[in-house]
Amino acid sequence: MSTLLEAAAALSAKKVSSTELTQQALGAIERGDGAIKAFLRVDAAGALAAAGAADQRRSEGRSLGPLDGIPVALKDNILTEGLETTAGSKILKGFKPPFDATVTRRLREAGAVIIGKTNLDEFAMGSSTEASAFQKTHNPYDLTRTPGGSSGGSAAAVASRFVFGALGSDTGGSIRQPASFTNTVGLKPTWGRVSRWGVVAFASSLDQVGTFTRTVGDAAAMLDVISGVDANDSTSGDVPKSNHRELEAGVEGLTIGLPDEYVAAGLDPEVERAIRAVAAQYEKLGATVKRISLPHTKHALATYYVIACSEASSNLGRYDGVRFGHRAAAPKNLRELYLQSRSEGFGDEVKRRIMLGTFALSAGYYDAYYVKAQRVRTLIKRDFDEAFRSVDAVLCPTSPIPPWKLGEKLDDPLAMYLADVLTLPTNLAGLPAVSLPAGFTSSNLPIGAQLIGPAWGEAKVLQIARAFERETRFAERAP
Amino acid sequence: MSRADFQVVIGLEVHAQLLTKSKLFSGASTQFGGEPNANTQPLCIGFPGTLPVLNAQVVEFAIRTGLALECRVNQRSEWSRKHYFYPDLPKGYQITQYEFPICEWGTLLAGEKPIRIRRIHIEEDAGKLVHEGGRSLVDLNRAGTPLLEIVSEPDLRSADEAVEYLKSLREVLVAIGVNDGNLEEGSFRCDANVSVMRIGATEFGTRCELKNLNSFRFIKQAVEYETQRQVEIIESGGTISQETRLFDTQRGETRSMRSKEDAHDYRYFPEPDLPLLIVTEAQIDEVRRRMPELPKARRARFTGEYKLPAYDAEVLTADLALADLFEACVKAGVEPKKASNWFMGEISRLLNETKRPVREVKFAAAQFAALIQAIEAGTISANAAKEVFADMFETGRDAAVVIAEKGLGQVNDLGEVEKLINEVIAANQQSADSYRAGKTQLIGFFVGAVMKAMKGKGNPKLINELLVKALTRSG
Repeated sequence: MSTLLEAAAALSAKKVSSTELTQQALGAIERGDGAIKAFLRVDAAGALAAAGAADQRRSEGRSLGPLDGIPVALKDNILTEGLETTAGSKILKGFKPPFDATVTRRLREAGAVIIGKTNLDEFAMGSSTEASAFQKTHNPYDLTRTPGGSSGGSAAAVASRFVFGALGSDTGGSIRQPASFTNTVGLKPTWGRVSRWGVVAFASSLDQVGTFTRTVGDAAAMLDVISGVDANDSTSGDVPKSNHRELEAGVEGLTIGLPDEYVAAGLDPEVERAIRAVAAQYEKLGATVKRISLPHTKHALATYYVIACSEASSNLGRYDGVRFGHRAAAPKNLRELYLQSRSEGFGDEVKRRIMLGTFALSAGYYDAYYVKAQRVRTLIKRDFDEAFRSVDAVLCPTSPIPPWKLGEKLDDPLAMYLADVLTLPTNLAGLPAVSLPAGFTSSNLPIGAQLIGPAWGEAKVLQIARAFERETRFAERAP
Repeated sequence: MSRADFQVVIGLEVHAQLLTKSKLFSGASTQFGGEPNANTQPLCIGFPGTLPVLNAQVVEFAIRTGLALECRVNQRSEWSRKHYFYPDLPKGYQITQYEFPICEWGTLLAGEKPIRIRRIHIEEDAGKLVHEGGRSLVDLNRAGTPLLEIVSEPDLRSADEAVEYLKSLREVLVAIGVNDGNLEEGSFRCDANVSVMRIGATEFGTRCELKNLNSFRFIKQAVEYETQRQVEIIESGGTISQETRLFDTQRGETRSMRSKEDAHDYRYFPEPDLPLLIVTEAQIDEVRRRMPELPKARRARFTGEYKLPAYDAEVLTADLALADLFEACVKAGVEPKKASNWFMGEISRLLNETKRPVREVKFAAAQFAALIQAIEAGTISANAAKEVFADMFETGRDAAVVIAEKGLGQVNDLGEVEKLINEVIAANQQSADSYRAGKTQLIGFFVGAVMKAMKGKGNPKLINELLVKALTRSG
């Protein structure tokens, strides 16, 4: 199956119709998703209608651009009007949103064909997509292993060649880590680049919608459609769109930093070897690679969990059984309505984080936890500011380890949290980052390399990623 | 020892609903009444994925209020989330301002006494629960309506002072057009923090917060009851425990609602969905420039510039729109006292009868001025003018149109009037003789008789003049 931009070219050349592409996608899901379980919901009727409309437009010479008629998937924490959106939680089972997320609307307006909604860890809290209330998603490269998370469904859907692209959300690595586990390109834009209106909130100051694609060029094409200031999101940045004219410009003369703290103990040796090979490739292409230091990295994990859980405990207060979602069957009073609805509706990991966050915000603990975490967050941001004075991008592994076995870390939350240690500092600093295919382990498990750029620096990050992609063939290796 | 040995100390928190068309963070209407949950958008319901977008009008109103109350307006303030679970709070938190409010440190006179204002902050209102037939239903029409919370220092020393302060605050808020001042409907709500201490003591006693005070009378009653209650406890050797107390309007008592131990931990933290609220010096200056005149200053101007009696000035400035309309009429050429008489009389009467807000009256100042001119020119009588005005008030038509349509114009044709006068004199020779003999008060009888003959359309002044001439001449 071709890439997104190849499919767009084929549509332009009238070698294929959107209806054919959509039928192929539906057929592939029908045949393949039984084993993968990437999709929670497939909207065949809606997709075929959208495809028909795209074909009609094209036949009238009114094509809307590269995404017009292209089948894509959405993580199920992104609202789709009238189409059930659960965030992977029992508490939202049956919830049909009365409006589209801004990203959904922008995709529709660009003509994209929304095939369905993909699986995720409940409320995007997790790193393996096992914490979904509905199903566990399998890694297309090894069905016994996790595709990563929390956007594991979107990652697996793109890696399985079911769709040409998918949207995910990234709060601490939830796009990049599954991209690295599934040999896909995962882009987390700058916080504020993409509207959060209509995206089920986990941690507002960290959440950001981004893309899964098979190539860097495809990521740029999707970003172009979903990004931009939005009157419905006061935190969306009023900045010019990312300009990708320089995507093929290479890395000659650029400087790439390898942080000592990221390339340190705890890395899987095969992962470390792969990242050093990426660095060597960049040097070969004319870039300078230098060691840098991000000294506050060691505090990122604790800082992240205090802030993310605090915000989550607040954002999830609205699931009370009163207006929508799951409601306990026979509560005797208001207190029971709350207790039972929430106890029945939320899974363990979500409850764990609500409790952590509630504690961190409580009187007497707020200063010691939340306020202190915000101070450390500032220091982590400064580390990056300092680094970007002398480098164009930071290079490191996306995940310290390759995909693990399903169930392996399920009973050890801390081990699961540690797997995100290389991605979450980026969210704390609000920076753009991409994970790109960087090779395979001896047992054929994908490895991802992460490139992090300064705020609003998506164009440069993708340009650097593209330079590596052009020289290698990792991305082409299908499951 | 008795109550006379104690001093009551009061601080007030006022929640004033802002007169914006839409809610604080969504485009939903703030209209009062309507079908339950009709004035809601996804944000008001707390749907997942919704985000707040600040209504700029609210910020302007907050700045205006801050300036009117002589506050410092902070150029950086912050939104916070205040958490608790209740079905009228759809998001599970209220967006408010906590650590950094938009305005601080102002002053307001309660009578002649300056009362310090500690802070003014913006927050969103909750919805309401309707309990009926064993069920509780949620109406979110009010959820997200913008409120200003105005917190005084504990500078008030009696129930009367507290009421003075509130009346003064309400007058300012109404005058600057940010609030309708309605206590009964809850758009101007007050909580009172009350404590007592022995006269001469330097440290305040433990305070209780009183709620459900929805009239000035209740506020006075509640504070006085609470003062007495606290004094009695202390006198009998007890101590006051800090708590929230509800005023029972039936019994005129306060009773415990929740103790300090039961108080919520609201887990405030900065709202991550909104940037800091930044207002510029230029923005503050602009609001200052457009600030409506405050009631006190306007009253002084009305008695000075327009030479109105203090009472007229008081009534006219009690409502911003009324005062504006009055001034527009004066500017259109109506003599101030004459205008004031109409405003205090006919206009107030019609406003009351129709329950129409001043902003929605149909007639324009220039039309009103034309009507007054018609009276002065003798085109219509003062009585007919009232009828004409009642029509203008309803329809907004010009006085001339109404006069013509209703045939209310006075007959000013000299020949016509003189002819009738002669007829009346001829029919009342005896009275005419008495007049000429010096019983000049009979002129009233003659005017009345001529008026009657003219079916009320005569111009009394003109008739009077011509009658005097005719009676003198024919003698």
